[in-house]
Formats: sequence, C-alpha cells, structure tokens
Amino acid sequence: MKVLVAVKRVIDYNVKVRVKSDNTDVDLANVKMALNPFCEIAVEEAVRLKEAGTADEVVVVSIGSKSCEEQLRTALALGADRAIRIDTADSPDSLSVAKLLAKVVEAEQPGMVILGKQAIDSDNNQTGQMLAALLDRPQGTFASAVKVDGDKLQVTREVDGGLQTVELAMPAIVTTDLRLNEPRYASLPNIMKAKRKPLDVKTADELGVTVGSNISLLKVENPPQRQAGIKVGSVDELVEKLKNEAKVI
Amino acid sequence: MSILVIAEHDNLELKPATLNTVAAARQIGGEITLLVAGANCQAVADAAAKVDGVAKVLLADNAAYEHQLAENISKLVLSVASGYSHILAGATTTAKNILPRVAALLDVNQISEIIAVESPDTFKRSIYAGNAIATVQSTDAVKVMTVRATAFDAAAAGNGSATIEAVSENCDAGTSTFIAEELAKSDRPELTAASVVISGGRGMGNGENFAMLEKVADKLGAAVGASRAAVDAGFVPNDMQVGQTGKMVAPELYIAVGISGAIQHLAGMKDSKVIVAINKDEEAPIFQVADYGLVADLFEVVPELEQKL
Repeated sequence: MKVLVAVKRVIDYNVKVRVKSDNTDVDLANVKMALNPFCEIAVEEAVRLKEAGTADEVVVVSIGSKSCEEQLRTALALGADRAIRIDTADSPDSLSVAKLLAKVVEAEQPGMVILGKQAIDSDNNQTGQMLAALLDRPQGTFASAVKVDGDKLQVTREVDGGLQTVELAMPAIVTTDLRLNEPRYASLPNIMKAKRKPLDVKTADELGVTVGSNISLLKVENPPQRQAGIKVGSVDELVEKLKNEAKVI
Repeated sequence: MSILVIAEHDNLELKPATLNTVAAARQIGGEITLLVAGANCQAVADAAAKVDGVAKVLLADNAAYEHQLAENISKLVLSVASGYSHILAGATTTAKNILPRVAALLDVNQISEIIAVESPDTFKRSIYAGNAIATVQSTDAVKVMTVRATAFDAAAAGNGSATIEAVSENCDAGTSTFIAEELAKSDRPELTAASVVISGGRGMGNGENFAMLEKVADKLGAAVGASRAAVDAGFVPNDMQVGQTGKMVAPELYIAVGISGAIQHLAGMKDSKVIVAINKDEEAPIFQVADYGLVADLFEVVPELEQKL
C-alpha cells in the first residue's frame, strides 16, 4: 500500500506572531518557518506504517512556493520516500488545497492519505475533510490510533466527550491529533540522504485546478489586550478579592 | 436570507453549543431552521422547537445518523441544503468533522470558528492560536461556518414554538461504521459551559493530586480542566484539555494551578472574565494574563483555598 502525506510550511510554533502595523496580515518576513506540528505527526505515522510492513511507499506532498521544499526535505529525512511540490503562491485556501490534493490522489492512488488535523497558522481544520468529500471517501479525523485490518481501517478519534472508534473502507483519509504518536528527529545521515531523494514539481495548471478564493482577508488585528493584574500575598487576600472586588464567587 | 443550523446533541438532549450557534445565526438575520439528525431523537427535536428564534426544525431520525458519522450526515445536509444562504454549526468536534465536508460538497469554502458577525458576509475569527484576529469576507453562494460557542451568548431555551418537519431521506454512505466509544464520566458541569473552571498543569505532579482541585471545584460548582502538559503526562484524560488543540473556555472565573501559560493554553482560556494564577514560578507567563496572581506552592495553598471557600 502506498501512503500519501500532505505537509504544510508554517511559522514555527514557538514564534510569537506580530500583526503588521497596517493591519493587512501578520508579519512573516524573516520569521522562522517549520513543518506544521500536526503534519510532522502525519509523516511519523506513515513512516511507522512502512516500518511495520503495512505501507510500501510514503509520498509527501506540499503546496506552495519553492521555499516549502525545505519542509519536504525534512519529511524525506524523517523517512518519506519521495516528494511532490505543487507550485502555487503561498497559502492558497483549504478548498483549493483539497482540490489539488484530490488530483494527486487520483494520479498516485494511495491506500491511505494522512494529513494533520489543522495548520497552526490559519487554524482552519478543514483540508482533510474537504479532500475526503471531493474523493467521496470516508474520513477518520482527529485520530489518536490507526490500525490497518485488511481492506479496512480502524481509527480511534478524539471527540469532545472522550474517544470514538470507527471502521472505514479503504482508501481512507486520516487526520492526525497530537496524541497519535511522538515524531522522531531527523538524524544527520538521513538529512544528507534526503537531499538525493526525488522531488517532483507540478503546477496547478498541469493538474487542471484553478487556485482562487471566494474568501478575502479584510483586516488582521491584535487581539484585545488584557489589563495587567496584581499579585496577592495570601489565600485570604485572594478569596477576599474574588468575593468583593471581582465578585465572581 | 435563511439559515440552517445543525443541532449538536447526543440523541437524548440538545447540547448548549447549539444555543450559542442560534444566537450567532440571529445576528446574521433571517429565518432559522434547526436540523436534528440522529436516531430516536424526537426529544431533541422537541427541545430544539422551543429555542428562541427558531422557525422550523427538520428531524432526520434514522439509524444511519445515530453516531453522527461525517460521511452520512454530510450527504443528509447536502440533500436539505438548497435554499439556505448560511449553514452553521457550533465548533464542536462533531461539527468540525462534518461541516468542511459539507462545504466541499457544495463547492464553497468554510469559515472556521467565527467569534463575531460583522455583516451577513463578513465575520471575525482568530488565527495563529488566538494571537491575531482576522476579518474575512466571503462571496461564496452559501456561507458554511462553525461558531465558537464562547463568543456568543446562548439563545434562550424555552419559549419558541417552531414546527417540526420530518426528513425521511436515508443518506447512508456505507463507507464507515461506528465501532465503539469511550466517554469520560463526570458529575461536574461541562467544561465549555461552566461559569467557573479550575485547571491543573504539569505542576500538579500526578493524577491523584487532581483530587485537590476537585474539592475546590465542588465548593465552587466548577468544572475541572487541564493543560496539555498534564494530559500528555497522563495525569488526566484528554477531554479535560483546555487550549488551542483542546477546548476553548470563557468562564467568569478561571483558576490556573501549576500551569506556566504556554501560547497553546492561553489560546483556550484568555477570554475568561477573571483569571487567577497559582504558580511557584513568579516568572511564569501565566502571570501576564492573570488578574490575580499568587506566587506560592500549590500543595500548600490549594487545600487552604478549599478550606476558606
């Protein structure tokens, strides 16, 4: 079985973002970028399936400008076999991404597609579900455990009240939650080897997809700042303040 | 304009997130229809019909909808979607699973977790873990959106008298099957709906120590939450997690105990009215957002707090 993994280049999760002073967007110039943490988990899961003998090839795909090849190389260093970049401007919307990925799925025919549950920049949590819809395939979102059983896939999902397990007919789409696995680090020899692994570049035109969006970003602002609080010296003082000043208990 | 709201429920009762979503729908304006899809869920439809501002309830009662499988529910929503300008649901895991699928089937984008309605086509939502607020405008023919419950006051749940209409369509896609679920049991109020929340972090040391927080919670009628660090360390189950990747809460009072205040966690609780931090590290970032901070050993002050309440 072939496993396809979609990865996204995003701002490093440790970086505190700054909103541009003209409120058009956040400032991403000279900011450290990285593989989206949920995508890292997706790559790890695919590589583990390969190590277990369930998958025989792991293909990673990313959509964006040439700079996202850096994240594809990272995925290759973590154990993916080859990479595909679809050349577009950075950050197309979820529906365009899903349409592009659907074309890649049609061409590659993987038994499973793994994506992160959401990207930490746009916080959308949409692409995997949209891809499943476009392909008319079942989806196992927010997965904390994945088990391949013949032509079926058992996915344990993190839902609001606890966990839910579903069985999906393959090929299926899976999106990863944080507890699915602990991603490995790329070793230096693997980083060197990754440089020689194949990386194909395709354009949206070749795939027959028009990348556009019906959603426009009008403004980006800082969230309202909280007033600086005070430090209290004792539990008595805390209880007194909560009762008489804040009046919340 | 007419708005379809997908009701969140467990086949027995209507969940509070639905009421917040109806409130958001009322701000958009137009006739509101609630879709109740499930199995043996007449009681939910009856409750939905009483919600203020709801004009009609569509009841799809079929075994295929019992566990809210995205494959089946999205087909159902598509079959009833024509004529609606907006399709909304509360940003729960159920809706996050289903709604993007609906949007793609309609060939439109989805706007995730709106926190404000500016106009029928313009909305605010938070991005970058709540570190920026984006205003977005959609020209899609149908606006498909999830609504962050804590950003809208709940619609009243008692006076309406909507008509209930049965939807007989069976939209079983046949590609997914429910196997099992394992739900955490709790007598305390639900995390996202509680007016007081007390959360523990890695500083709690182990799962047994959460009993200290539970005692305080019982005195305050509070829900108990946790940081991701506490969940990852195996102290408590993950449905207690407050944060970007867990639950968003905005209670009257949020008490963070032994929580440093990582961006991830702050994204889930910084809209709380009053924040109290108890931490022995006075440099902890949580103190930058706390209204009242107490620099002390939680093992000494939490039992004392319980006593004095």
